[in-house]
Amino acid sequence: MLELEIWRGGAIGRFQTYRIPTREAQTVLDAVSEVQRTEAPTLAYRFACRVGMCGSCAMMVNDRPRWTCRTRVAVAAPDGRLRLAPLRHFPVVKDLVVDMAPFFAKWQRAHGRFEPGPAPATEFATVPPSTPERRAADAGIECINCGVCYAACDVVGWNPDYLGPAALNRAWTLVNDVRDRARAAARLAAVTGPGGCQSCHTHMACTETCPKAIAPTYAIAGLKRQAMRAALAGTR
Amino acid sequence: MNATLFAASRVSALILAVAVAVHLVVIIHAVQQGLTIGAILSRTHGNWAFLVLYGCFVLAAAVHAPIGLRTVLAEWFSWSGPLADWLLLAFGVLLAVLGLRAALAVFLA
Repeated sequence: MLELEIWRGGAIGRFQTYRIPTREAQTVLDAVSEVQRTEAPTLAYRFACRVGMCGSCAMMVNDRPRWTCRTRVAVAAPDGRLRLAPLRHFPVVKDLVVDMAPFFAKWQRAHGRFEPGPAPATEFATVPPSTPERRAADAGIECINCGVCYAACDVVGWNPDYLGPAALNRAWTLVNDVRDRARAAARLAAVTGPGGCQSCHTHMACTETCPKAIAPTYAIAGLKRQAMRAALAGTR
Repeated sequence: MNATLFAASRVSALILAVAVAVHLVVIIHAVQQGLTIGAILSRTHGNWAFLVLYGCFVLAAAVHAPIGLRTVLAEWFSWSGPLADWLLLAFGVLLAVLGLRAALAVFLA
């Protein structure tokens, strides 16, 4: 049998224990779904694709943030005990569902959006894969916005103003996107200052836990370098 | 933290890394040679290399420590703002004055 302690309630709540059969190749999301269907019909949790693309099923699994659709129970809970809680640093809506709005608001604060400029491009951009900018952008572009890195980051907990690894990683991909028409200085300004990239302590929890094997720490280091160069050059 | 403070923090750390390494090597050398206080002071008296090294050491520490403390105060105690910044600036000046005074005293001893 698999024993699950699952958070029930909102910001204030408690863990409730459920028991379901252990199954072959069972994922944590499978287990949560089985609990909902057999034991707790009011259990709230979020998922969509079930194949590691949508980034909506992340939660704390035995105190570590994980995407649950691609996490096998056998790996996360070899002793047959799972403790599931909503993602750290997010407001809890209900049970395992969190409010992602503050997370995406920080993406906007970090200018984490492509800016095509005043006139749309008339030709397809040619971006050779071997250029350093393309390589740097490619390294972080597969982010699925799951929030695992944000939940893993201690600095987010200490400094609620901190933009967080995902937003900064997105900003870095755009700094390196040669098609982007945002002024580099404006984007660097958005990720500099209180809560900006310089707040990162390089703990690398984001890089350690990212399910897509992205390294936001290196993206943030890149932003720090560029922001420092800009500061020394007096451009901001 | 703004980019200028970040740059100051990193550059001062770079200086501290060199200064601390030299400091430790010299201490170990002095202890292993069994030098007395008098022998040490005779080497540091009027020694401009000593004064420049420790002057840089002190100034780097005076820059680095308040910037680090500023982050600690903000993250651990949620204390930031103009008052904290002024107090930390005063702390940095205090470190610089005390440190330079000590280095100068050894240089002149």
